[in-house]
Amino acid sequence: MSNIPETGRSSRVTIRLVALQIIVFSLLLTLGGRLWYLQVRNGEEYEREAAGNHVQQVVQPATRGAILDARGVPLADNETRLVVSASRTELMRMKDRGEAVLTRLADVLDLSYREVAEKVRLCDAQTPQPCWNGSPYQPIPITDEATTQQALQIRERAEDFPGITAEPTAVRRYPAPYKAGTSQVLGYLSPVTDEEVEQARDTDSPLLRSDQVGRFGLERTYDRQLRGKAGVTRYEVDKLGRVIGEAEGDRAMAGASVVTSIDSRVQAIAEKQLDKAMKQARNEVDKITGRPYEADSGAVVVMETRTGRVVAMASNPDYDPNAWVGGISGKEYARLTGKDSNFPLLNRAIQGQAPPGSIFKIVSSAGAVNAGYPFDGRYNCGASYSLGNQTYRNFESTGHGPISLGRALEVSCNTVFYALGHQEWRKDGGINPKKKPNEYLYKAAKGFGLGSPTGIDLPSEVSGRIPDREWKQKYWELNKNAWCKQSNSDADDYVTRLAKENCVEGMNLRAGDSIIYAIGQGDTLVTPIQMATAYASIGNGGKLVTPTVGKAVISPDGRHIEEIKPRSHGRAPAAKRTIAQIDEALLGVTTRGTAAWRFGNWPHDDIPIRAKTGTAQVQGKQTTSWLATYTDDYTIVMTISQAGTGSGASGPAVRNIYDALYGVLPDGTIDRKKALLPEPQRELPRIGENGDVKAERTKKSIVAEWRDAEFE
Amino acid sequence: MSIHSFDTARFERPKSLWARLRARDSLARRLDWPLLLSALALCVIGSLLVWSATRNRTELTGGDPHLFLVKHVMNALIGIALAAVVLWVGHRRLRSAWWLLYVLALILVALVYTPIGATINGERAWLNLGGGFFLQPSEFAKVTVPLAMAVVLAAKVDAGDREHPDHRTVLLALVLAAIPIAVIADLGQVMVLAVIVLGVLLASGASNRWVFGLITAAVAGGVAVWMLDLLDEYQINRFAAFANPALDPSGVGYNTNQARIAIGSGGLTGKGLFQGTQTTGQFVPEQQTDFIFTVAGEELGFLGGALIIVLLGVVMWRACRIAMEATDLYSTIIAAGVVAWFAFQSFENIGMALGIMPVAGLPLPFVSYGGTSMFAAWIAVGLLQSIRIQRPLSA
Repeated sequence: MSNIPETGRSSRVTIRLVALQIIVFSLLLTLGGRLWYLQVRNGEEYEREAAGNHVQQVVQPATRGAILDARGVPLADNETRLVVSASRTELMRMKDRGEAVLTRLADVLDLSYREVAEKVRLCDAQTPQPCWNGSPYQPIPITDEATTQQALQIRERAEDFPGITAEPTAVRRYPAPYKAGTSQVLGYLSPVTDEEVEQARDTDSPLLRSDQVGRFGLERTYDRQLRGKAGVTRYEVDKLGRVIGEAEGDRAMAGASVVTSIDSRVQAIAEKQLDKAMKQARNEVDKITGRPYEADSGAVVVMETRTGRVVAMASNPDYDPNAWVGGISGKEYARLTGKDSNFPLLNRAIQGQAPPGSIFKIVSSAGAVNAGYPFDGRYNCGASYSLGNQTYRNFESTGHGPISLGRALEVSCNTVFYALGHQEWRKDGGINPKKKPNEYLYKAAKGFGLGSPTGIDLPSEVSGRIPDREWKQKYWELNKNAWCKQSNSDADDYVTRLAKENCVEGMNLRAGDSIIYAIGQGDTLVTPIQMATAYASIGNGGKLVTPTVGKAVISPDGRHIEEIKPRSHGRAPAAKRTIAQIDEALLGVTTRGTAAWRFGNWPHDDIPIRAKTGTAQVQGKQTTSWLATYTDDYTIVMTISQAGTGSGASGPAVRNIYDALYGVLPDGTIDRKKALLPEPQRELPRIGENGDVKAERTKKSIVAEWRDAEFE
Repeated sequence: MSIHSFDTARFERPKSLWARLRARDSLARRLDWPLLLSALALCVIGSLLVWSATRNRTELTGGDPHLFLVKHVMNALIGIALAAVVLWVGHRRLRSAWWLLYVLALILVALVYTPIGATINGERAWLNLGGGFFLQPSEFAKVTVPLAMAVVLAAKVDAGDREHPDHRTVLLALVLAAIPIAVIADLGQVMVLAVIVLGVLLASGASNRWVFGLITAAVAGGVAVWMLDLLDEYQINRFAAFANPALDPSGVGYNTNQARIAIGSGGLTGKGLFQGTQTTGQFVPEQQTDFIFTVAGEELGFLGGALIIVLLGVVMWRACRIAMEATDLYSTIIAAGVVAWFAFQSFENIGMALGIMPVAGLPLPFVSYGGTSMFAAWIAVGLLQSIRIQRPLSA
């Protein structure tokens, strides 16, 4: 009390004043502590939140790089279109939320107000398409097909169209040179999904919500290179979204161009000839079913034999990739992907699977030689091969007596291969296999790369299937429940009987399986590109080339060229000698064998051409036509589903493609001047001084002549 | 030095202005300078923060970025003048004129319900004086309520009749406090007044039963108001958002969330005056008034924010000392009432910006923009100084 002056105050009051003081300072300390916690301990977190609060990005899309053919002709590039877009933030600031402006705009563009308004509304869970999926700060495109007239009206009456811009913008275009659509190989673009943006967030090529990404084909494979880097202007905005300053941004960097090994001229010919072959087949009546051939789908691959570079790749049915530009309509999408569409988006050269039929016999031959059967030995080519009460027929049930494997390939003798398949199955222990069966014929197939993707630089390649013992077991485990259920049914049709059999012994590789396997029938599935790789390996001395479409990536300024080197993924499972022997036999096919009638006056001395025909049976369908051919330069494999024999349905088209490549005239003479590509294109296209790739074009009429060549 | 300096009479000349100021009994020496300087410093900081918060709010300033700065400084000057008047009159003289102020404040508070009353931010707590001038009369009640209670409670004790105020006196004082509180509909101001009443009761020496009784009554009253749905929806929402800030980040929880982001992003040293992106972007509502602390937090950082808290601490420390050293209960009660007022209002204002208190529209004394609250705060300073200069010189 000594310090405190005489106040006459009671001790109760003093104590309470001290208590009040303590409370007051505790409160202040609390504030200080909380302040420390927010600002110093958690400051960084709030700093990030504040940054996210006030910075908004506006994207300047990068111009997507072009996809060029081997001679620099663009297969995919950009065209300048007049794009009318609306700034949502500006519209929303108006009293009527932009209604008046959009009404005027709709009038100019010959659209209804609703159509325009729907385009600028933001997508959310309740809003159906059409709606804007991107950032609300991004100008929203209303049309990319404005006429110059419309654009001028909008620009001249700028005061009537606040927030509306009409500017030339680069839009993807697939020009189809020489009518080479190249659709499935090129693929298409579509707007990025939220998920993809999320996934790419922390990678070195983040996606913006306005981005288009390659969905399929080359657009997908080389998406990263083609896309470039979008520029971003970052604006500082206030709470109401009003711009109050500009923050650091990034400039847009155009995407690189991709030069492919596709030759648009050959591509055009391949597409047209495939289509012709299919149409032709539909005019013919299938003797087995008595109906005209369906010829519902087909594919052709033209590949460089030594390098695996793809010169042409066509798949039928196809579509116009321009349909995707500027957003695809629901109707169009259904037409391309719906149940009744026959799936034109599929690239059947790498995604179509079918039993190979007789073109598989080179695999069986190589496997047989590996198993110890001499190539030049004598094998009985009977009219049929019997197993128990089952008879496996030769084609048209003709026999040739004892012949070599080479001759068996030439005349495509089934019975020789039946016997080989059966013997090998028995040697491996038959229905109760040895611990480590040799499975020479199956291993040969895998050795040729069948049953696994070739690794071509196109997405979604399928692997096909080699039905060895291991596969049988797995397949049975997967399906036994369904089979056994079906076998309980009272019906006595083919399906039920098969199910019954499969239910009990489907896990076993039966003798019959191995017999028909040897001629490429049964459960075996291959893709055209796999067979092209296999045949190319015979043509190039045993190298299993990896097919490639991309040849080089050229930076937008033309200074950096990143070549994509041809690759190989191993060697064919055959000795050099065997390969040479098979090669010789395949030459016999075109000179005196099953395809000879298609290559009647071919200049074999100048350009030896080898081939193998195949006619594969598919349960419940007409036969699949296969024709696998190669020269020293090119390998061409064509297949048409439900179209009859290999040489019959595919022969003329393949012949016409070769004619165009080498300039072979109908009389069998070679016109070097008319030849489109007598040897594979080695050099990359020339690059001009300002970095543009020079296109080397051929007269359209010359290409058209080859493209539209009739079948003999 | 001139020849004239030999004149001895000249040595007494220092009895001039400076000497008079330095004299032991001079007003200047008796004033509580830490209190005065802290309040002034808070006003200066407040001017800068108000300026920063409003300089590009054209919809408020009408294009003059300095409008609020000038008005804030003017308010502070008027406030200081009012404090000087209070000091000149002296708190002792108010002891006999208390009822005049009390009734005047009551009339003003009641005028809110007449046509000149105005509603701002959901609170009908303003008088529209025309010409863009608004008065918040409940601010004056914060002065008159403790004054009136002090007069009543201290009468018998200061006269030496009793050691502590008797029950009847306490009851009378509470009735005096309850009348204006009942008229005021502004939740924030009512809470401040309730805390002031509590502080006054504590300092008066009223028996513990009264103190705890009042606390119980306050709690019960709060529950009753809640249960009887007497609160407006926006008031309920504020509490709901406090309990769960993630409730609705774009709506009710928006204010508190943005306030926290603003303060948190300031870090240790802040982004610099006028450099705050949350402030420039106007992400925090009511930033020049209720959420003024967020400007300090964002632009001046922890150091600036802590400085404001320290300065407020100095004001309250001095107010506490003045309460302790006061020579009579009347003065003690007034000082304690001011302590309770400043303490609660500062804690509530900064606390809501920091997210540890529910949102209630209360200004930060001396710092927030707002004329009436500035005047009231300076009148309180005038009262404290008046008490201070009348304490015995021996101290």
